[in-house]
Amino acid sequence: MRALDLEYMLGLVPVILGYVPLTLAMASVSMVLALIIASLLAVERVVRVPVLDRLVVLFISFFRGTPLLVQLFLFYYGLPQVFSVLTQINGVTAAIMGLTLHFSAYMAESIRAAIVGVDRSQWEASQAVGMTQIQMMRRIILPQAARVAAPTLVNYFIDMIKGTSLAFTLGVTEMMGATQKEAAGSFLYFEAFVVVAILYWIIVEALSFVQRLLEERLNKAYAR
Amino acid sequence: MIRLEGLTKRFGNNTVLASIDLQIEAGERIVVIGPSGTGKSTLLRCINFLDRPDAGIISIGDLTVDAARATRKDILALRRRTAFVFQNYSLFANKTARENITEALVTVHGQSRAQAEARADTILGETGLSDKAGSYPAALSGGQQQRVGIGRAMALDADLMLFDEPTSALDPEWVGEVLDLMRRVAESRQTMLIVTHEMQFAREIAHRVIFMEGGRIVEQGRPEAIFDDPQDQRTRDFLRRVT
Ligand SMILES: Nc1ncnc2c1ncn2[C@@H]1O[C@H](COP(=O)(O)OP(=O)(O)OP(=O)(O)O)[C@@H](O)[C@H]1O
Ligand SMILES: [Mg+2]
Repeated sequence: MRALDLEYMLGLVPVILGYVPLTLAMASVSMVLALIIASLLAVERVVRVPVLDRLVVLFISFFRGTPLLVQLFLFYYGLPQVFSVLTQINGVTAAIMGLTLHFSAYMAESIRAAIVGVDRSQWEASQAVGMTQIQMMRRIILPQAARVAAPTLVNYFIDMIKGTSLAFTLGVTEMMGATQKEAAGSFLYFEAFVVVAILYWIIVEALSFVQRLLEERLNKAYAR
Repeated sequence: MIRLEGLTKRFGNNTVLASIDLQIEAGERIVVIGPSGTGKSTLLRCINFLDRPDAGIISIGDLTVDAARATRKDILALRRRTAFVFQNYSLFANKTARENITEALVTVHGQSRAQAEARADTILGETGLSDKAGSYPAALSGGQQQRVGIGRAMALDADLMLFDEPTSALDPEWVGEVLDLMRRVAESRQTMLIVTHEMQFAREIAHRVIFMEGGRIVEQGRPEAIFDDPQDQRTRDFLRRVT
């Protein structure tokens, strides 16, 4: 066993930190898009529009049923061969597309379950005052479902942040890609990957803290 | 004027409303009584399509809806002319007392936020809940929640207010304050259709009492007539059991 090169590790921290913004940006953009798509999918699953419902089920089944890495390769390397307009697609865009679609499938299921769990009285009261389906969903049902789904959704966001590391396989230099390059130069693989692991870990812990604040806020209305 | 003609509702092969005919004058207060499971709630819930009737005509003012071919638009129109007070309050759990009142005014009736809030504050004053404006339902007592529920319905200025056993879920100590509020609603000449087991209250507030059994109107008339001199044996049996 050899001693850890602590000096190298400390020097590496600011280098990798420089790529944190890209990692967080990819995860955040994907999260926002995935939330929107997942909410639409979930509402559709609850309302069940005839033909559309089949397609939504198929979509969810596919994106849950295949590995994220396979989906990323499909978007980045595969689709441009079939659709020439996609030849311009860069790694970051492909990663965001993959993460968005993959996680929207998972999130749709948790949002759907949360929607269905909203008490019947809330649906009836919304209907009784004359709300349209869309008003009822947007104003009453989804906000209440959000509270139930929030912890799960934050967990998916955490998965998503870690999932961005796969973007390095599409040639994107994000935290993982940068670490890989540094390690290849120094041959200090162990040190490099320990540093990047700790940085991911810190980000996730910070997020868990935000998660607790968020849950407190969402639960405010229900406190006695 | 409000008119129900041949209103019929079946759950499977259980006929819960057997062709109900009813006319309600503007400003009239009708109390519906009857044994459990005879379709009182279903009658109210069919009027605003919380339960979809199988047949019949519902007409409120110049709006006439044939239940058999009611469109989504018809249903919304009916709901926007009626207000519903639920047995279990059914306040919007994610909204404060004040927001429960403003919500439909803004979202459904397109009022400005300022206008809706002014209305809500007036109503909260009338219902004695000014100090609870910012409280969420979970932090209110049953009686307070039901007063907000009635306030939410009052704000809609509906042609018809439907009350489905508004005090049945309440602890006895809160029943009085809710009935008091309903008396005040009555003073405003609001048209009301009330299902209740509070016979004393019914006698005092109703212009007309309807006794229902087995999905039919068995007997109806002025409260003194129904309570003091019921004609039908089924009405007599029921009143003997509950008083
Ligand atoms: N959603 C439903 N599905 C099937 N049957 C129903 C449904 N709702 C009500 N019923 C049946 O319809 C009948 C009338 O019910 P309803 O709730 O209207 O009675 P009610 O007169 O309001 O009784 P209570 O005094 O107990 O409230 C009952 O036999 C009930 O079981
Ligand atoms: Mg009932």
